[in-house]
Amino acid sequence: MPYSDEVIDHYNNPRNVGSFEKGAKDVGTGIVGAPECGDVMKLQLKIDNGVIVDAKFKTFGCGSAIASSSLATEWVKGKTVDEAMEIKNTEIVEKLQLPPVKIHCSVLAEDAIKAAIEDYKNRNGKE
Amino acid sequence: MNLPVYMDNHSTTRVDPKVVEEMLPYFTSYFGNAASRNHSFGWDADKAVEAARERLARIINAESREIIFTSGATESNNLALKGVAEMYVEKGNHIITQVTEHRSVLDTAKRLEKSGMNVTYLPVDKDGLVNPDDVRKAITDRTVLISIMLVNNEIGVIQPVEEIGRIAKERGILFHCDATQGVGKIPVDVHSMGIDLLSYTAHKLYGPKGVGALYVRRKNPRVRLAPMMDGGGHERGMRSGTLNVPGIAGFGKACEIAMEVMAEESARLIYLREKLRNGIMDSLDEVSVNGHLTKRMPGNINLSFAYVEGESLLMGLREIALSSGSACTSATLEPSYVLQALGVSAELAHSSVRFGLGRFNTEEEVDYVIKRVAETVNRLREMSPLYEMAKAGVDMKQFKWKKD
Repeated sequence: MPYSDEVIDHYNNPRNVGSFEKGAKDVGTGIVGAPECGDVMKLQLKIDNGVIVDAKFKTFGCGSAIASSSLATEWVKGKTVDEAMEIKNTEIVEKLQLPPVKIHCSVLAEDAIKAAIEDYKNRNGKE
Repeated sequence: MNLPVYMDNHSTTRVDPKVVEEMLPYFTSYFGNAASRNHSFGWDADKAVEAARERLARIINAESREIIFTSGATESNNLALKGVAEMYVEKGNHIITQVTEHRSVLDTAKRLEKSGMNVTYLPVDKDGLVNPDDVRKAITDRTVLISIMLVNNEIGVIQPVEEIGRIAKERGILFHCDATQGVGKIPVDVHSMGIDLLSYTAHKLYGPKGVGALYVRRKNPRVRLAPMMDGGGHERGMRSGTLNVPGIAGFGKACEIAMEVMAEESARLIYLREKLRNGIMDSLDEVSVNGHLTKRMPGNINLSFAYVEGESLLMGLREIALSSGSACTSATLEPSYVLQALGVSAELAHSSVRFGLGRFNTEEEVDYVIKRVAETVNRLREMSPLYEMAKAGVDMKQFKWKKD
């Protein structure tokens, strides 16, 4: 299956790969997917005053999964938490030109953003 | 060294230039229909077909009259299973096969189940091998056919065909062997292996695509088949259709070359495969071999790279042609059913890569592949959350995953 140029670019030059310190109070961590399904995304957001100031990811998955999470880190940076919650998987599909069999990669990226924000909120008692 | 490197020789092989040379005259000079009985064009074509049939027979120690040409191994497998099921319907309605067969056997068996056949799918052990005792125990007085492959297309393991053939003979049951990946790579003898029907195809042994064969035993016992294709009654009535004369001539030449070079070629491929395996496993930790290490065809090695997903690995190795058992590389969403049948976890099945070495691979290519695989696996592990968790000592079996 041929990959789009966007997917290849994110695969070859993934943005924001890495990890923040897990216990840090200003970091929200979302881990979604499962190894037996062939996709696991870990997305971490550093949040200051309701604004996402930095993001990091690590992904076990196909090229489209790596690209979706890499793109997600780019998009969330600078957004408020509420704005980031609005990011839709369909926007990722469109940007990366994912074929139908890869749509689940974009869903996972959206879920990862939400899971990271939820984790941040839980740990900061702001439900 | 030229890029890209082709190391996917279980999918198909490059046609040997000597095979192409053999085929060419049958497109333009000797283009006749082998079934034309009344002119020299037909006679020439027929002569080429019969010469090829002789070569195809020799490579499996059969007689030329026992070879039926088909369009490929998928058709041969279909014809063997469906042809026996229909022809021997009064004798019984039970087939024994096993779980890591090629789709063209498994899906044919599934279709036969819909029309009233009973099929036993035997398990394999952790090395991918069938236990002949399981075959013996599965036999009933309604069993008409045992179908077990010679060499698995994903993990390259060689099934104990000789023993299974012996059991089939003892019980008077027909034995079909899908030898697609084995013929031309390892010695095959339908007599010593007790095989009554055998499928093979040209394009896996440096011949052209679109031409295969089914060996159908004529003596002790004489195997009869209901044809799948009705028409002019070609191929002893078992497979109608005008013969693909250039393809058949090429298949014959490919068999002849394979017989000539097999001993030397398999020694060379085992050397290259071991170099590849050791080279990769020495440069990376947590790499596992799928399938029995030595009961294996020469050119195959199948490895799982823990914490790295197979398709993403192949994407990083775009200048190297390989294949993966990851779901993302298949039409279904399931990772390799072959690896799962061995008890390999879904995670490691997603992480598997099949290396298929062949006649045209060089040592330089092997060195290159070792280097590139190591680099790419390391790069992907650096961005794998699973690798990070493993290094931090997280028990991933206990971890609560959020599945879709």
